[in-house]
Amino acid sequence: MSFFDVVFYLFATITVMAGMGVVVARNPVHAALFLVLAFCSAAGIWMLLEAEFLAITLVLVYVGAVMVLFLFVVMMLDINLVKLREGFWRWFPFGALLAGLMVFEMIWVLGSPQIADVSNTVVRAADYSNTKELGRLIYTDYVYPFEIAAVILLVAMVAAIALTLRRRPGVKTQNIAEQVKAKKADRLRIVSMKSEPKV
Amino acid sequence: MMEWLLPIQNLLGPAWLPIWTAVKIMVIVGPLMGAVAYLTLAERKVIGWMQIRIGPNRVGPFGLLQPLADGIKLLMKEIIIPSGSNKFLFVIAPVMVLMPALAAWAVVPFNAELVLADVNAGLLYILAMTSLGVYGVIIAGWASNSKYAFLGALRSAAQIVSYEIAMGFALVTVLMAAQSLNLGEIVRGQQGSYGMLNWYIIPLFPMFLVYLISGVAETNRAPFDVAEGESEIVAGFHVEYSGMAFALFFLGEYANMILVAFLTSIMFLGGWLSPVSFLPDSIAWMFAKVAFVLFLFLWFRATFPRYRYDQLMRLGWKVFIPITIVWVVVVGGWMQTPYWLW
Repeated sequence: MSFFDVVFYLFATITVMAGMGVVVARNPVHAALFLVLAFCSAAGIWMLLEAEFLAITLVLVYVGAVMVLFLFVVMMLDINLVKLREGFWRWFPFGALLAGLMVFEMIWVLGSPQIADVSNTVVRAADYSNTKELGRLIYTDYVYPFEIAAVILLVAMVAAIALTLRRRPGVKTQNIAEQVKAKKADRLRIVSMKSEPKV
Repeated sequence: MMEWLLPIQNLLGPAWLPIWTAVKIMVIVGPLMGAVAYLTLAERKVIGWMQIRIGPNRVGPFGLLQPLADGIKLLMKEIIIPSGSNKFLFVIAPVMVLMPALAAWAVVPFNAELVLADVNAGLLYILAMTSLGVYGVIIAGWASNSKYAFLGALRSAAQIVSYEIAMGFALVTVLMAAQSLNLGEIVRGQQGSYGMLNWYIIPLFPMFLVYLISGVAETNRAPFDVAEGESEIVAGFHVEYSGMAFALFFLGEYANMILVAFLTSIMFLGGWLSPVSFLPDSIAWMFAKVAFVLFLFLWFRATFPRYRYDQLMRLGWKVFIPITIVWVVVVGGWMQTPYWLW
């Protein structure tokens, strides 16, 4: 086994174990942290495949931003574990069916001849910039799909904000422009007083 | 490679690379920890002088042994783990604050040759590592099972996520100007015959301000220290920590400060390049710039009152992010004209 294999199996084992942890952890915060670990080790595997841009972006976006907000929400939830486990056996067949379907899909996709064998990938020199290549591809060959995806994301963001935006009457908010406009003379009156006579 | 090391290299064979890398890591982390220790002293001295006090002057000449005394004191103290806390996460949280603060140093260049890992995606790596620091804070707040700590953790998470966006966009303009993510290349992009006029601070001045202020916010320093807010929520996320566990939070915060200072000088102030063309480029310039930026950090702390939370969020989302997006467009357009001189 070469060094490459050792590192690969190390990261792969951690990823799978962390994935299991996400499912079996009783505490939702622990589950979220296991997911963070899974992302980090998946990034390690991508790094091994010389996809350094994608690997670092995975850590930056999913670990650094998405999971932080996730954790933020999960920590504030008051979760009743007993209630959560109530319908476990009732839903178990459905869940098992879904899991089986996903395993089948994965085998089908990964086993197909279209998926190139990873061991055949070209090993690039150390100064080869993955980022530049990806940028060039995204903004030339795949510019329309990329732009469409960006517009869809923007629409989703606007929609999410519009859904949660509610105007309640009688809420006290600051008017920043008015605050900035305020002058000392409008609010403050300096009164010069004579000192009290000595007793 | 230095020639005198060759015999040792031959002796060790394949074990040479890990050992040599470990040595290089020590050479970076050791002085960094020393710098952190003396930054705490510098902070107390500088703030003392700004407030017409003397600052620590009892331990050693001019108080120079004060950080040592503080370190020993913290080492000797008992680490109290609150009952009802999540013990594993409580203990690992300070480590998770310090780890990314140290890991980010792997790609920081000190001068044209001195860098641990000269990687192409250096800037991205730095961004990813600095975004991990928030986990330690959140976990510390949650695992302490204390309301004050939890409030501090929530404030910190929201703040860091908000300011990271502005920071990221500021870095986008830098990489547009340098056309590279490699930190060494970014410094070399600022080389030229006009000295400091070639630095990116000139065309990217608004981004320099945004980055510096976001850096202060990211490191939870005053006036953005609402995560600690000692007058509102006692000490925020680390209120339940004592002894060395507390010291690790402290080390992480100061290591992050030094990191932000290094990044500011690399990306906007020309790194190791000399400000005037008749003086040679040297690592001393780098340290001088870093010291200046760190002084700004201390100065801010002594000068500004703490931001109110809603003002802080407004500054991040409604002021900085629009400014950075506008400046990305401006720089993009500017670079297409012949007036782009950098």
